[in-house]
Amino acid sequence: MARHIVAKALDVPADGSKLVTVAGRAIALFRVGEEYFAINNRCPHEGGSLCHGRLVSLVRSDEPGTYRLSRRNEMLQCPWHGWEFDIRTGQSWCDPERIRTRNYVVTVEPGEELVKGPYKAETFPISVDGDYLVVEI
Amino acid sequence: MTTATATLERPVARQATEIVDCDIHPIMKSPKDILPYLSRRWQEHHETIGFRFRGPFHGASAYPKATPALSRGDSWPPEGGPPGSSLRFMQEQHLDALGITTGMLQPLFPVGMDERNLDFAHAVCRAVNDWQVDAFTSQDSRLKANIVVACNDPQGAVREIERCAGDGHHVQVSFATRAVEPLGSRRFWPIYEVAERHGLPLGLHSVGTNGHAVGAGGWPSFYFEEHQSVSVSLHAMVASMVLEGVFEQFPKLKLIVIEGGFAWLASLAWRLDDLWPKFRAEVPHLKHPPSFYIRRNVYCTTQPMDEPPMQRDLKTVLDWIGWDRVLFATDYPHWDSDDPRYVFKFPMSEEQRTMLFSGNAKTVFGLG
Repeated sequence: MARHIVAKALDVPADGSKLVTVAGRAIALFRVGEEYFAINNRCPHEGGSLCHGRLVSLVRSDEPGTYRLSRRNEMLQCPWHGWEFDIRTGQSWCDPERIRTRNYVVTVEPGEELVKGPYKAETFPISVDGDYLVVEI
Repeated sequence: MTTATATLERPVARQATEIVDCDIHPIMKSPKDILPYLSRRWQEHHETIGFRFRGPFHGASAYPKATPALSRGDSWPPEGGPPGSSLRFMQEQHLDALGITTGMLQPLFPVGMDERNLDFAHAVCRAVNDWQVDAFTSQDSRLKANIVVACNDPQGAVREIERCAGDGHHVQVSFATRAVEPLGSRRFWPIYEVAERHGLPLGLHSVGTNGHAVGAGGWPSFYFEEHQSVSVSLHAMVASMVLEGVFEQFPKLKLIVIEGGFAWLASLAWRLDDLWPKFRAEVPHLKHPPSFYIRRNVYCTTQPMDEPPMQRDLKTVLDWIGWDRVLFATDYPHWDSDDPRYVFKFPMSEEQRTMLFSGNAKTVFGLG
């Protein structure tokens, strides 16, 4: 498992996304609050580009006429057919046992640590200022 | 191997050498783009009165269409304008990227098809028909235009079909599937006569506000239910056209049912055939069982794809209704579009693949 420096942390907008290519794979980075997530950009249903998806809350109901809203912006809705994926696990909400999109461990690391190595940024220079996202693939 | 694995890790389907996409939605960059195509009289009408339909929620859809402009989130052209308005972006994102060799335009907006003011309706249809040529088909020969007509006034619709037929751009006729009467009604037959005479298929995409709920059970609460009910409304349309004798009177008329799925066509034919021996005397103009006309005159497009739990079951469905009856369509750029690389999740022969992706459409439209 290699660790790749993929983006400046601030390049992923709050409650937004950024598409990066890592080792030939399209990976969608998301930021929810102060947390970052990385998932395979291709929807397992029909290939929609998940970085264009909306982050929505999880709405559930115990019975008709009631609903509960939780986990603000932690569900990712595919921009094509609206399939919902849990941003933390990549699992499909409607069919979690069978359908999930690949997710990756992503960490935020300070530039001053990264310039010392052992990591190597392949696509952009690392400055000692600012934080960077590191994805494990 | 579980189905999940197959779904997740299936390879990109072998690309068909030709793809005819039977449902692409172009739209004007701005509602005002129609004005140059209207006479001064209708420009003023457009500005002062505007569109009026037989439905609630004036100026808005009766249901929230899942996404803005009912379109894929990634289909908004970077140069601005709504999804489907930029030929350049349509080429880049759809035609070129997926290898679409022929694309059939289905312009849904602006809506002249069931505008209540019939003269305005005809003016809008005429404008849309000319705009498709200017903005799309004259600039990209892969794209083919559609003669949209106001079917609630068949005489005017016939004039518009005669005006456009054979111009090298328009290859089918389209109008509201939910009109003021079921489409088998004889009031619409002049349209069928002229379409048959010119060899123009009816490419009927589910659309229409006629004042009735989309399904027979009243107004649904949810878009979810409405989205499913448009398919049911198309079952009714096919039954009406078969039972009223449209295909007995116009045996060479071709009906393409667009955006209603296709698996139901088998069940519909079975049910109608089951009733035929019981009610034949009520419809003595039918010389054959209903399934005969469905098998001879009716086609369906694939999108939105029927997705049974066991995808291979669709092969049996296609055996039932006929592999030559089904035409591939994406519905680009709408949110529920299908991608030709992933839409058929079951193995099929090269011959079957060619039929679905291009061969059937080329036969229906008389292309190449």
